[in-house]
Amino acid sequence: MVLVQVVVGGLLLGAVYALFSSGLTLIWGMMNFINFAHGEFVMLGMYVALLVVVWLGGGPAAFGLAAAIALFALGVAVYALLIRHVARGPMLAQILSSFGLALLLRYTAFWIFSANFVTLPQTSLAGTIAIGGIYLPVAQVVAGLVAVTLTIALHLLLTRSALGSRLLAVAEDRTAAMLMGIRPDRMQALTWGLSAGAAGVAGALLATAYPWSPSVGETFGLLAFVTVALGGFGSVLGSLYAGLIIGLIEAVSAYWLGAIYKDIVVYGLFVALLWLRPQGLMGKA
Amino acid sequence: MPELKVEHLEVRYGDLVGVADISLQVEAGQVVALLGSNGAGKTTTLSAIAGLIAPSRGRVEWRGETISGQPAYAIVSKGLALSPEGWRLFVGQSVEQNLRLGATALADRSRLPALFDRVYALFPRLAERRRQSAGTLSGGERQMLALGRALMSEPRLLMLDEPSLGLAPAVVETLYDTLVELHRLGLTLLLAEQSIPLALAIADYAYVLQTGRIALDGPAAELERNEQVREIYLGVRANAAGHQTQGR
Repeated sequence: MVLVQVVVGGLLLGAVYALFSSGLTLIWGMMNFINFAHGEFVMLGMYVALLVVVWLGGGPAAFGLAAAIALFALGVAVYALLIRHVARGPMLAQILSSFGLALLLRYTAFWIFSANFVTLPQTSLAGTIAIGGIYLPVAQVVAGLVAVTLTIALHLLLTRSALGSRLLAVAEDRTAAMLMGIRPDRMQALTWGLSAGAAGVAGALLATAYPWSPSVGETFGLLAFVTVALGGFGSVLGSLYAGLIIGLIEAVSAYWLGAIYKDIVVYGLFVALLWLRPQGLMGKA
Repeated sequence: MPELKVEHLEVRYGDLVGVADISLQVEAGQVVALLGSNGAGKTTTLSAIAGLIAPSRGRVEWRGETISGQPAYAIVSKGLALSPEGWRLFVGQSVEQNLRLGATALADRSRLPALFDRVYALFPRLAERRRQSAGTLSGGERQMLALGRALMSEPRLLMLDEPSLGLAPAVVETLYDTLVELHRLGLTLLLAEQSIPLALAIADYAYVLQTGRIALDGPAAELERNEQVREIYLGVRANAAGHQTQGR
């Protein structure tokens, strides 16, 4: 029974990994751009949740929505002010600019919030819930379900909607897209908004369950890269599967081997998989 | 007043001159051909008209309004569509998605079903394959989709860049029949072609480009008899004769 609880808990956390990783894979798929600041977007989402709870007394729905909107806006602003100018430049300019952005965001957070760990005050999601004999924190269940829903929604937006078709058209052939009447700049700004927004919501969901400090962005950034590489660069659905797998492996190895060994297992398996299947689970060879 | 008027167009790619001095005009209801060998400047001229490249000198006037310097997505919404060389379909998306993308610039969204019907009536093959990815289509079907996609914006003037390139002669024949039919229904066409007989067969007026300039222009019927046209081609491109044999 304990193992079932561990497995379900791992999958629920993995769903949140999937959500923020889908944002990273979106930027790659749309623009061939590697965003090193993605983990920082997750971190900022956590602080937005904290501020909404502390200052405004908002509940989970309010801080989740606030994190989505705030980070969507930040994503659009980052695109307009920084990315637009370097995206078609040399690869090194892309790497340095997004890495520089990561440092800027991280140390601004240190400056404003200090390096101390913080936790979200008790929300209406406190407590545990019993489902079929296993006990899970309510916050974790809600976070997992919301994350799966949003990741699938993002996938459907891309593959089933007219807007998604335009986003993909810009990614596939920018010139041809312009001849259709599509404004590539707008589509790419939207891509950054969606990507950062997904990270922001994921951050707010994680904030309900874990203490954090500004350096947490590093951890989640790395995790997002592993998830995206495992799922296949550019595939939102791949990110969903990969996120769930990583959450599961983390939880099970922490249970069997101890929490400090879980990273060794996750990254060890990751390296092994890259060796066997470098394009990831859903990626094209 | 001509629908489209291009005056002393010059386009530079850095130090390279794409076209040096192009002036042309297209009247409503005409089929105008841009002839010339590879590198003569046909694609550059069409790209500049469509707003993909900003001209370094000269201007493009569309129905009395200067449009040179405006971006491509603004120009297509004015009723001036370009189907680019090599078709440039969105091969990762379905036939239907490609057609819907073609209608992005369409202001009146209620026209969408009627436009789909028109394209599917024109190309029943596309209707059969509308759920299929554009990447799985044959060459002839790709040409149909490119043409259908361009028609989805309901253009007044349709520019086609080398539509016959890479197609089997029988498919080219069907394509040109369709173009004649579209013209009969009132569409104005500006057509860039390497194959002289093909283009002159349906054009009212033609311009012959040579190294970025207009070398010769006149009514298509006159140019068909003009020996100089042949010389301009043969001078630049020795195997042009091979293209002429596939003509109608």
